[in-house]
Amino acid sequence: MINRIKLSKILNLTTIAAAVALIIVIFSYSRDAMVTQAVLNSMIRQSTPLILGALCGLMCERSGIINIGIEGQMLLSAFTGFIISATTGNLVLAVISSILTGAVLGLLLAFMSINLKLDQIIGGTVINIFALGITGYFYSQTLVAKTKLSPIPLEPLTQIPLIGPVLFNNPPITYTAILLVFVIQYMLFYTKWGLRIRAVGEHPRAADTLGVNVNKTRYISTIVGGAIAGLAGGFLTLEAVGSFERAMTNGRGFVALAVMIFGKWTPLGAWGASLLFGLASAVQTQLQFGGRLLIPHQFIGMLPYVLTIIVLAGFVGRARPPAAEGKPYEKE
Amino acid sequence: MKILKQIWNMISIPLVAVILAVFIGTIIIFISGSSPIQAYYGMLRGSLGGLDSITRTLEKATPLIFSGLAVAIGFKAGLFNIGAQGQLLFGAITSAAVGFMIKGLPWFIHAPLALLAGGLAGALYGAIPGILKTTTGAHEVITTIMLNYVAINFTDYLADGPWKDRSLSNVVARTPEIELSAKIGTIGPIPIGFIIAVIAGVIIWWLLWRTTWGYQIRTVGLNPNAARYAGMRVSMVVILTMVFSGLLAGLGGAVETQGVVGRYQPGFNVGLGFDGITVALLGKTHPLGAIPAAVLLGAIKAGSSEMQFESGIAKEITDVIQALILFFIAADMIVRWIIRRRVEEGAEKVVLSTGWGKH
Repeated sequence: MINRIKLSKILNLTTIAAAVALIIVIFSYSRDAMVTQAVLNSMIRQSTPLILGALCGLMCERSGIINIGIEGQMLLSAFTGFIISATTGNLVLAVISSILTGAVLGLLLAFMSINLKLDQIIGGTVINIFALGITGYFYSQTLVAKTKLSPIPLEPLTQIPLIGPVLFNNPPITYTAILLVFVIQYMLFYTKWGLRIRAVGEHPRAADTLGVNVNKTRYISTIVGGAIAGLAGGFLTLEAVGSFERAMTNGRGFVALAVMIFGKWTPLGAWGASLLFGLASAVQTQLQFGGRLLIPHQFIGMLPYVLTIIVLAGFVGRARPPAAEGKPYEKE
Repeated sequence: MKILKQIWNMISIPLVAVILAVFIGTIIIFISGSSPIQAYYGMLRGSLGGLDSITRTLEKATPLIFSGLAVAIGFKAGLFNIGAQGQLLFGAITSAAVGFMIKGLPWFIHAPLALLAGGLAGALYGAIPGILKTTTGAHEVITTIMLNYVAINFTDYLADGPWKDRSLSNVVARTPEIELSAKIGTIGPIPIGFIIAVIAGVIIWWLLWRTTWGYQIRTVGLNPNAARYAGMRVSMVVILTMVFSGLLAGLGGAVETQGVVGRYQPGFNVGLGFDGITVALLGKTHPLGAIPAAVLLGAIKAGSSEMQFESGIAKEITDVIQALILFFIAADMIVRWIIRRRVEEGAEKVVLSTGWGKH
């Protein structure tokens, strides 16, 4: 009986999708190792901002704050990181400034949601429009960054075929993202802090009665979430592209929310979802450049967004968001 | 006196919000090393400094009224339609297609036909998030944003593929110019599109406050459970509101194509749909409030080119000011504290963040 329950848990849609993806990867590796590795590398690259964004989203939402401003947090952090990198040439400083920018915007969201009791969706929208405006205003094409973060091979591990070069030869923010998945998973479900965050997101009144400071917990979660979104922004300019473009986040902040929902508000689930999204875009880019696909590029460009809609439509009804989400907490 | 007080009650918060936003905008201009006085002088000249400027202001305001109405009617039903942008793009390209493909019609048939086609395209595109929300529970905020990206890609494809201007002089992605009979002109300094937009505003007001259907929309927005209990078909109301919202956004795109651009060209309609959010909130989500709000924003936009020309300040400062306006409107507690006003009793409040679940 116990075994059957476990089996049905394992055999859910996500696992099946992951298994299918794995089989395809192994099959294509046996056919063409070079291309497979390139696709998988690109999958990791594409998934990094998504998983970071999703981690930001779930840190906020687990504590009861809806963060629709991830897009704006990423964009402004990408911008400040780029500016610091271009003016000082110091990449460490640049990454730190990205993280700080994200954290400050997280603070702003928390302030709007908790103290001003602003509708959280409008609060997030304010952040998005503000980031778009301020980066557009201060952006100038004359600035160029000279360097970007380069891969750090973790030596003996890179020798493993396929997995080695894909997982263990990445730039620092990518490693950090993968590390954060496990850290936050552990933090949320196995520590006192995680329990508090979840309690505040599910039933703030009960948490309050037991002496948890609801608003303080929400503040901390949202600021930490913002910092993670800041890291995602830093990834875009300091690790992936090396330069800044207007509106370069291109909806990733919103796709990240779908990734979070797809992963049922858990870091590990979101990681799986982000890898699936990453694989989808990696495969279509490969098909496009390989010239094996005679579809106009605009249709290929639509794919991640259509996928997001499908995920949202198919999964939102089944996954349950934190109960107290979106509601300001007032003491009695 | 009482009327004066009522008017003050109505406009005080948006007014103070705009003043605060402009004040902070001034500081930003100052920090970036330019002269705010020169900037605002240029902006005033570009928006109100002559009949031409006034026409330009109204032209800029026209699509904003439509997108503002689109967002506002959504708000009334508790829906946040961030997808006005995508619906507007479909409206713009569809009216362009009707405008250049059909030839030989008299203007009094061709122009309304193209306008209607644009509105219809927007309405159909707006229906998608409505249907997704009611059948699957997918939150309209994310689906509409995603549909914006789909719309950008799809209209790009049309303008660069099947509907591309194939004339020898053209190399960029754009449709051919629409027939003269599909164009919408001006009466004196006032664009006809602007007049249509104002009429649309009045119709939406009438619809919301003078019809059963409008009553249903507002009830669903205030309390969907009560609406359901009262026997209203909430899903139907949600879908129809999204259809109407899309229709308005589509009309906005069509008016822009027929009245200003004269064809569809990717990148020419950017931001018009998003600005609808600011317009709707600045107008206190009231259809008639959207009109002055859009004119104000239109003036800022019309003046920004002149400002850039005169003082060298990037046009994007208008986006910053707009975000600040949005912030102070939304965070009306700050503004209320400044002008020492309490929250009116029985004021209609829109609630949007009900989580990702069903309506």
